This record gives sequence, structure tokens and C-alpha cells, in this order.
Amino acid sequence: MLTIENVTKTFGSFTAVDNLNLQIPEREMFGLLGANGAGKTTTFRMILGLLSLTDGHITWKGKPVNYSISEKIGYLPEERGLYPKVKVSDQLVYLARLKGMSKKEAEKELMTWLERFGITDYKNKKVEELSKGNQQKIQFISAVLHKPELLILDEPFSGLDPVNVELLKEAVISLKNSGVSIVFSSHRMEHVEELCENLCILQKGKPVVQGNLKDIKRSFGKKNVTVHSDDDLSFLKTHEGVVKWKETNDGIRLQVANEPVSQDIFRALQGKGFIRKFELEEPSLHDIFIEKVGAVYE
Amino acid sequence: MNKFWIMLFHTYKNKIATKSFIISTAITVLLVLAVTNLQSIISVFQSDDGKQQIAVIDETGGLYPAFAKQLKAADTDNDLQAMETKESEKDAVKRVKNGEWDGLFIIRQDQKGTITGAYKALTISDESAYKLLKQALTQTKTAVETAKLGISAEKVSSLYTPPEVSKDALEKGAKSEEELGQVMGLVYIMLFVIYFSVIMYASMIAMEVATEKSSRVMEILISSMPPIQQMFAKLFGIALVGITQFAVLIAAGYLSLKLNPQNDASSPISAFLNFTDVPVSTIVYAVIFYLLGYFLYATLAAFLGSVVSRIEDVQQTIQPMVFLVAAGFMIAMFGIGNPDAGFITVTSYIPFFTPMIMFLRVGMLDIPFWQAAAGIALTLVTIVIFAAVGAKIYKGGVLIYGNASGFKAIKQALRISKK
Repeated sequence: MLTIENVTKTFGSFTAVDNLNLQIPEREMFGLLGANGAGKTTTFRMILGLLSLTDGHITWKGKPVNYSISEKIGYLPEERGLYPKVKVSDQLVYLARLKGMSKKEAEKELMTWLERFGITDYKNKKVEELSKGNQQKIQFISAVLHKPELLILDEPFSGLDPVNVELLKEAVISLKNSGVSIVFSSHRMEHVEELCENLCILQKGKPVVQGNLKDIKRSFGKKNVTVHSDDDLSFLKTHEGVVKWKETNDGIRLQVANEPVSQDIFRALQGKGFIRKFELEEPSLHDIFIEKVGAVYE
Repeated sequence: MNKFWIMLFHTYKNKIATKSFIISTAITVLLVLAVTNLQSIISVFQSDDGKQQIAVIDETGGLYPAFAKQLKAADTDNDLQAMETKESEKDAVKRVKNGEWDGLFIIRQDQKGTITGAYKALTISDESAYKLLKQALTQTKTAVETAKLGISAEKVSSLYTPPEVSKDALEKGAKSEEELGQVMGLVYIMLFVIYFSVIMYASMIAMEVATEKSSRVMEILISSMPPIQQMFAKLFGIALVGITQFAVLIAAGYLSLKLNPQNDASSPISAFLNFTDVPVSTIVYAVIFYLLGYFLYATLAAFLGSVVSRIEDVQQTIQPMVFLVAAGFMIAMFGIGNPDAGFITVTSYIPFFTPMIMFLRVGMLDIPFWQAAAGIALTLVTIVIFAAVGAKIYKGGVLIYGNASGFKAIKQALRISKK
């Protein structure tokens, strides 16, 4: 269990993280979301002990976070970092040894991961010779090779093609199922929706939305309505309860205040022409994110 | 194995395996071989076929044996091979032109009995043969003239022998003439070694740190082990690289000196490198001051490297440090002939200069132990302060990426790492 209690971090007069409270149990994937500069990386760096806290506590299994537990933490930084001129196997084994793993075990574990990602050929290549996607896989291996109990992934899927995103997702899920606590940040809401049960949206260092994904969606209240039709539906723009209106290629997409409004709209559409599709959807995390954070940044 | 050692040996192995290290070591080894075999190299260019053949025409008819004897005595390096010829001057000149002989020397005597000589060779740019021949003829002439006056050879030689003037330092413990000469050699070498290795290894460290930072692997490293441990693992790793390099150079120099028969005890290079009379304490001081110099500047370089975001900026950022080292070296070079000077005494207590200048004083003068100890202590304190502040700057510095440079970046780094 990772506990973040009343954590605040200021740089001079600038507050990067403001009174953050989080609890991340074992065998759990936690999503930390936020626009650029919201304080995600600062939070990660505090969890890792790279930055000291201005106020509050961070504990892992009840113990304060410091170098005594750094071996149990794996970290995938947003800015990827590996030695460009060192062989893949050499540097991965070196990094794992710095995390307290024996050379023999690290080599064994490394082969398992390389096989899993289908990149055993690159074992003796220098990192600078690899493609960006393969470098990312190597970077991911460097974060998990030493079998961490807590894994921090800063934008793990950025820059990967869909096939590799799936490969990495599977790896992350199997790690979670084996008991690893995982915190990850992403700009890609669909990844968070797919992987996380709990999440927190940061805005200017403050948590604006926090909790279980389903609860968040439910309490958000607003729903999405998609209507596909060739007829003019612009009269719905002024319909009561319609919060957002957007024209699409096939028709319109609405955001409505609550479910009853959608029923009103359904009734209002009767006799207004041919409706190919009428759909009521839960709000996506994307919508929630835009709503909570985007307004300020628009 | 402890993480500290893992990082130390990783740094060491990576540096040793780089092309630049191998090439620079190879070039330096060649240089060492060249210097230690200077004698042989010079002689190769001086006389391709060994001795110069000089034909001598003795027009006086009786001076040649005495002349040959004097020439042999003067020609200590055995460069010339003189032989008398009865041929005419014209024929002899022809032979010189054909290259059969390297030179022709004619001994003449006019009516008054005055002895003169003439030297003919294809080129007269080589002064050594001319000088030897002239010297030999002068001696011959002196012998002839003094014999005429009835003075014995012994008297002549005693007339020409310069008086012996001895030099003794009266202060107890002051260096004797012989010691000073040898110590000077050692001080020279040490000053160069400190100067070059500080510049070379310190920038190697700055480069290493900046490379890890710019490749962003640093963030992973400092999440694995405390920055101060990391910093010292690098310092010791690079120190080990330095020791390896010196071991190779010293071994190469030693073997080359031992294996070349021309480098016997009397050759100038051996005399310069003969440290048998250097006191053990001076050697110990040399090692101490070398280590102090290395760690002082290496700590400085490590945190300077940590505030740099791009490798291109490393040289610019460590420039002030390089100036400091160069300034210390210059002061030492000015002071080596005058180690008593006031500015030398003062600068020997400034930690940045202590490793070079205090060593110079310890080597060349007989200074009280407390002075050397004070210099060492001051430098040690400075190193500890640098390490403490440096570790903070290092911890913060590796997390900042921006255009800030120099003091601005250092301030920013300190702000990030502070509690």
C-alpha cells in the first residue's frame, strides 16, 4: 500500500503539488491524470524520493520512502533515459544490479523479458542502434527487471505503435495480477479507462477528481447522446438540458445534464425524420477530463 | 556487491573500453618511448654510418701523431675517425667531393713556426667535427709551444685545470645541490602530471555526469542510489582509470629505459630521472598532493557537470575550473626557480593551488611540517565542503533541464534539492 498524505511541494513561490492525498493498494493500477505541468512528474519524483516534500508524508507499507526501499520501486521516466553507447544487456543488468539484484538473476530475468517482447536479437546491440519503439521496450524492461513491488510508469505508452501498446498493456496487466502496485500517468484517456480502477485528475497540483472510475462516471451525471440522421436536428441545440452540441459527419453528438433529458430528446425526435441511430452513453473519461481541466486551459 | 562498487567498476570498465581512452593512452606511450629513447633517436639522425671519416694532411711532417692523440682525447663520443693521408690536397678534395671521406683537415706551419689548420667538407653546418678538430689542434699547438719553452706537460695541465669550488647549504635539513637537482626533476614531472591529469580526468568526470544527465539515465540512477554515493563512485572510478593509465605509462617508460643500452646511468635522461637521492618523504608528499589535487578538482567537476543540460555546454561550464588549474600551474612554473618568494608562500595556502605549490615548497625548501600539514588540512576541508555542497547541487542539478547556466543553474539546483 502506497500512502500519500497531505503532500505539498513548492518551488519558491510556485506550488507544484497542493495537499495531495492518495492511497494505492497492492494489486492495483492507479491512474494519475492531468494536463501538462499539473504536477504528475513532481508527484512521481516525490514518491521516488528524488524530491523532498515541503509538507506531508509518503509511506510504502507504513515505512517512509527513502533509499532503503528504492530496490522495491521500478520507474519508467517520461523522458526516456538509457546509455546510448552501451549494449542493451550490459546496461539492463547494470541497472538491475544497482537495484540490488544479483548479476546471474538479472541475466536470467532479462532473457525472459527479451523473449516476451520478441527482441532477443537486440541483446548485444547498442541502444542508439535501436528504433524508438524498441528503445521504449528496453526502457520498460529497465523499470521492471528487478521485480519491483511498486511500479511507476510516466506515460508508458507514448510513442508506441498499436501492436506494441497492446504488448506493453498485457505486460502491465500481468504484473498487476502478480501483485505489483502500479501508478501510471497518461494523456491517453482510453488507456486509463481500460486499465485503472481508481484514478486522480490533477489540476495545477490539486486533485480535482479522485476515486473509483465507475463512481466518478456515475457522479458526473452527464451523459452523451449520439444521434445519426440526415435531417436537420439543429432544434435540439436549444432543447432544455442539452449542455453541449457538436455536429458530426453522421449527425450530432450531445452532452446532456442527466438521463431523463435523453428520454425527452428521444421523444422530441419522433416524427422529425428518419433516425438511423440513437444511443445513450456513459460519459467517457475524456469528457470528464475536458470538463474538469480543459475549461481552465481552453 | 555493494552498489557503490558496482557503479565504480561500471564507470571504470566503460571508460577503459572507449576508443578515445585507448588512443590517447597509446599516443602518450609513444611519447614516453620517444622521450626515454631520445639519445638513440638523436644519434640515428646525427651519423647514419657511425663515425665520420676525416682525412688529415700533415704538411708540417711531424705533428700528426700528437694531433691524433689529442683528437682522440677530445672526441669523447668517438664520433670522428682520423687518418693521415699522403695524397695531394687536390686529390684529397676530390675524394671528399666523391663522398669517400666526410672531411679533410690540413695542418700547416708557416716560416715563423705558427701552426694553422684548414677544414674542408661538403657542408660545414655540422659544427661538432670542426670544433673537435680545432680543439685538438689548439692542444697540439699548446704542447708544441710549451715544449719549446721548456715547460713540462704536467705543469701545463695543472695550469689549465680550473679550481674546485664546493657549495654547501648550512641550514640543517636544507637540500644538497645534488638532491635539489633531482628534486627539481621530480617537482617538474609532478607539476605536469597534476596539471594534465586534473584537466583531463576532471573534464572526463564532468563529461561522464553530463552524458548521463543528457541521456536522462540519471533519473533512474538517482532513484536507485543516493547522489553523494554516486558522485564518489564516479570519482573513484575515474581515479582508477587514471591509475591504470599511469601504470601503463610508467611501465612503458621503465622498460624502455632498462632495455635500451644507450640509456646507461651517464645519459642525460637517466640523470634527470634518477631519484635515488630524493627523500622518501618527498615521494609520499607527491602522492598526497596528487590525490588532493585530483579529488578537489574532480568534486568541482562532478557538480559542474551535473548542472549542464547539454554535452556541448560542458567545456564552457568547466572553463573557470580549467583557468584555476592553469593559474596554479603558471605560479608554480614561475616559482620553481625561486621557491622562497612571498607569492609562492601565500598561494601555497590557497586550496585551489595547494596541491601544486605546497608540493613545490615541500620539495624544494625545508619548510616546517606544520606548514605542509596546514596546507593539506585546508585542502581536505575544502574537498569535504565541496563534496557536501556538490552532492546537493548534484542531486538538484540532475533534475533541471533548461538553458540556465553557470551560477544561475547552481542556484536553481540548490533550491530544488533543499529541504
